[in-house]
Amino acid sequence: MRRFFIFAAVVAVLVGLAGLVLTRPQTVDRTQLDGVTPDLARGETLFYAGGCASCHSAPDAVGEDKLVLAGGRRFETDFGTFVAPNISSDPKAGIGSWSALDLANALIHGTGPKGQHYYPAFPYTSYVNMTVEDAASLHAFLATLPAAATESIAHEVGFPINIRRGVGGWKHLYLKPGWAVDGDLTNQQIQGRYLVEALGHCAECHTPRDGLGGLNRDLWLTGAPNPSGKGRIPGLTADQLDWSEADIAEYLKSGFTPDYDSAGGEMVEVIENTSRLSDDERLAIAAYLKAVPVPQSEPPSE
Amino acid sequence: MMKRFGIFAAGLLSVAAIGTAIAHESENPAVKARTSIMQLYSFNLGTLGGMAKGEAEYDAEAATRAANNIVVLTQIDQSAMWPAGSDNVADPSTRALPAIWENFPDVGAKGQALAEAAVAMQAAAGQDVDALKGAMGNLGGACSACHKAYRAPKD
Repeated sequence: MRRFFIFAAVVAVLVGLAGLVLTRPQTVDRTQLDGVTPDLARGETLFYAGGCASCHSAPDAVGEDKLVLAGGRRFETDFGTFVAPNISSDPKAGIGSWSALDLANALIHGTGPKGQHYYPAFPYTSYVNMTVEDAASLHAFLATLPAAATESIAHEVGFPINIRRGVGGWKHLYLKPGWAVDGDLTNQQIQGRYLVEALGHCAECHTPRDGLGGLNRDLWLTGAPNPSGKGRIPGLTADQLDWSEADIAEYLKSGFTPDYDSAGGEMVEVIENTSRLSDDERLAIAAYLKAVPVPQSEPPSE
Repeated sequence: MMKRFGIFAAGLLSVAAIGTAIAHESENPAVKARTSIMQLYSFNLGTLGGMAKGEAEYDAEAATRAANNIVVLTQIDQSAMWPAGSDNVADPSTRALPAIWENFPDVGAKGQALAEAAVAMQAAAGQDVDALKGAMGNLGGACSACHKAYRAPKD
């Protein structure tokens, strides 16, 4: 009997250790940054393609104020309310003291400089596909933006979501590098894929999620319920979006639909970013969208 | 009894469905006037957008005519077209949010931004297709700025 207890205790310790190992935050190997020269112009493109300001500028900031990444926007989800932190260049309140490696760890692994997990409201499940070189270029560009002394506000999440270590388990399920759309793609479509899947994180809204909040990658970009509870976020696959590539590129530039209505709602903020990209980049996004497979089974109508 | 109720309910539902289908057109002349202006914007933007997208061949004169029209549209005095009670709460056929009536100065500023973008397009449209393309972004941005703040989403 006593033997059994010792055995059970050993098993419990091993399971616990395994859990700690499995949920350990991951980081980028620092040698990957050796010899990397950040490219400021590239960093600016990444900033707009990645949509940093849409979440990290102050609530209701418009125009130039969108470059002040003071944080404070609230995102209400089924898992609690997340508040975008200050990622301005302020060394104390923001991330001005971060190295390029720190930013690469945050973007690619969702890991903070103190080795803590970030919540996936920060779309690192997309940024995981960014190159380390791009992380370094974005780091250089962010350093050129204004500092804001606004303190970051704590997320409002309850048990068990508030145990950050648990995010490590979530990451095992959902944080994986790799493309949702693979196979025979043109160079233009590959460029678009990087813009959509790695940077633009379009799927975060346009793909349905499962019960644990992970994306259902079998229904990639097929549309999803609107988290606001009203209406539906449209699908972007060819069966649902019959716009030409020129139509899609124009929409991402000026917000005009093919019948010359204009964008409203959340897409306006997205277009504020995509309007800063080049025509070639917007056409690449459009070309990629045409390559997204239409799933065999009907998406759930929820 | 149950069957009768079922038929009655089905009848009610179809009446409701027809009601929803008809509700697209407003009875309010002010809303109709607003909608008409929007259609005129859309028509003229179609001329410019077709050239910007390469669907239609660039035609400096046609582009200028469309841009001139858009400038004229921004100059229409709409003050009588936004009476109280013509928001989407009072009239479900419009998507105009009540916030418009609470923020007239901001609505005016956004209208001014649109007027400026239209003038910039007027200058660009007759130059060449690249200038026209360049002016599309700001023009669309001005439309969207108001629609984001003051127009309810579809459905």
